[in-house]
Amino acid sequence: MIELIRTLTETYGPAGNETRIRQVLRDMVKGKVDELKVDALGNLIALRKGKGGKKVMLAAHMDEIGIVVNYVDEKGFLRFSALGGVFPHTLLGNRVEFENGVVGVIGVEKLESPDKVPTFDKLYIDVGAESREDCPVKVGDIGVFSRPLIAQGQRLIAKAFDDRIGCAVLVKLLEEIGDCEHDLYIVFTVQEELGLRGAVTSAYGIAPDVGIAVDVTRTGDTPEAPKMAVALGKGPAVKVKDARMISHPGVRQALIRAAEQNGIPYQLEVLEGGTTDAAAIQLTREGIPTGVISIPCRYIHTPSEMVDLRDVENAVRLLLAYLSSKELTE
Amino acid sequence: MLLKELSEAIGVSGNEEKVRKIIEEYVKPHVDKVSVDSIGNLIAFKQGDGSYSLKVVLAAHMDEIGLMVTYINEKGYLHFRPVGGVDERILPGKRVLVGDKAVPGVIGLKPIHLLKEEERSQVAPVESLVIDIGASDKSSAEKMVKVGDYATFDVAFQELGARRVKGKAFDDRAGCAVLAELVKERYPFDLYAVFTVQEEVGLRGAKVAAYAIEPDAAFSIEGTVADDLPKEKDVSPTARLGHGPAITIMDRTFVAFHPLVRLLVETAEAEGIPYQFKQPLVGGTDSGAIHLTKKGVPSATVAVPCRYIHSPVSILSLDDFENTIRLMEAALKRLKPEHLRVE
Repeated sequence: MIELIRTLTETYGPAGNETRIRQVLRDMVKGKVDELKVDALGNLIALRKGKGGKKVMLAAHMDEIGIVVNYVDEKGFLRFSALGGVFPHTLLGNRVEFENGVVGVIGVEKLESPDKVPTFDKLYIDVGAESREDCPVKVGDIGVFSRPLIAQGQRLIAKAFDDRIGCAVLVKLLEEIGDCEHDLYIVFTVQEELGLRGAVTSAYGIAPDVGIAVDVTRTGDTPEAPKMAVALGKGPAVKVKDARMISHPGVRQALIRAAEQNGIPYQLEVLEGGTTDAAAIQLTREGIPTGVISIPCRYIHTPSEMVDLRDVENAVRLLLAYLSSKELTE
Repeated sequence: MLLKELSEAIGVSGNEEKVRKIIEEYVKPHVDKVSVDSIGNLIAFKQGDGSYSLKVVLAAHMDEIGLMVTYINEKGYLHFRPVGGVDERILPGKRVLVGDKAVPGVIGLKPIHLLKEEERSQVAPVESLVIDIGASDKSSAEKMVKVGDYATFDVAFQELGARRVKGKAFDDRAGCAVLAELVKERYPFDLYAVFTVQEEVGLRGAKVAAYAIEPDAAFSIEGTVADDLPKEKDVSPTARLGHGPAITIMDRTFVAFHPLVRLLVETAEAEGIPYQFKQPLVGGTDSGAIHLTKKGVPSATVAVPCRYIHSPVSILSLDDFENTIRLMEAALKRLKPEHLRVE
């Protein structure tokens, strides 16, 4: 499992340029599904046929946050904008990597004060170029955080757990699920970080009976953290509500019942900021009963996110248990 | 000149009728069918030459930003609110035309003699501004205008310097004028030239048009920001006048479909047409609504760079304008089904 997660987190795949991560995921799931296709936005849709049950859409987004080069100056330094929820306090001294393997260091024009985080317009990327002509990166190129995965006991540290850990859960699910009543549409969505865009078109195309998003959520278990009743290692979280969606109560109850009947630890999640593909899925067409399984994750949208491997494994167990039931809503 | 006529036409979001009439008359002889949908989009259909069974939308929005009268006070002044992204800083002292009869007016301001020190460095909030149409009181004002009337900037189109023109509403009458030329050709696919409404208030026209047409691909043609005034720092000008059509990689509303961007770049290079990339993540266009329609639509945006857009006067280069027509025409003729496949 760790090697699977390592490959997924270390693969380049920012929002809007998911070609490489899509290829990696395609290789991971082909042979385990009945149909595999890519839609007009680039969502990878894998169908594993069931025995005439429900159409279930299981979504995890394959894109990650990053930065977009908006200008290369005369001396070969890059100016950039945030692609998705990237914040300046995570950037100074950090490294980003481009699709062609070039690594850049993020610098600041002048640090006004060590207590004040500089704004984006004061930051630049240095790829070691000596001029605009000699710069190996151009306008529109996207960089992602450059970090290898570290496994330390049960805790894993990496970039892009949001949401490669959700992708890992769905790949693992496909490996472990035997016969299933339901048609499973496993969707690795694009551009979630830019506004749930891949989920909008893929959910429309599939028109599922039930939707489940698998994504990360915040925790409240670090020093002086804002109050939140989710902790690392206490099990996957069943979402009740976030900033843009309220889980379908029937789906939520069915997930809770699956956890309780199978002795799988779980937590309940109320997330104040942020959302997932589920918000787009549930408002598709006539409306789709939708829920979310969240992997607790510390330091989301930084180069060093942290999850607990047991939560990941239990998320797979929870999905297996949920999908083994004939009724997916209560 | 169509661009002049379109620039001077009044058509603030939700009231695009005059612009629609001009375009309809111009494109009708060149297309197979012209229709207007329920929200007001003008759709010009032209059958392809039979090479491919594809539906391609070209979108340009007819609406422009402007103002709307919200209240007429006892003294006959008109209170108003912006429609779309109006820059409050530039309103005081501007000439406007109000309502269907284009009643001339001026946005009033306090003379500089009376300004307090702090007022000189402040922007007057739009709620504090009024339009003066020369009425002596409420009832005389009500004979000329009514609440809900639109107002637009009163600006004449004019040629300037070397192959440049100034006028209002190049965002997106420039795109409309490009589209009106493009429909003269026949392409290897069915063409839907959609002149959209209400783009400036949230891409509304494009949304319903794309839903009805279900295109296989879409291009939005725009007038976009050229911020190439002298700057203190060596940073992006967004786009530059005279450097060719600006191709979008991504903006706030969508990520352009990579194979279509490649088609545009390869076409420009093969035909010797100058082009530039617009600064990523700035602005938004109808492509933002179109690409998310139903199962998703491969989309791209190409724009004529315009200085000072969303102000009463923009300036564009006629070379950029003509090169945008050349680029789009050549690219559309090269468009094949493989350009619509995700790699």
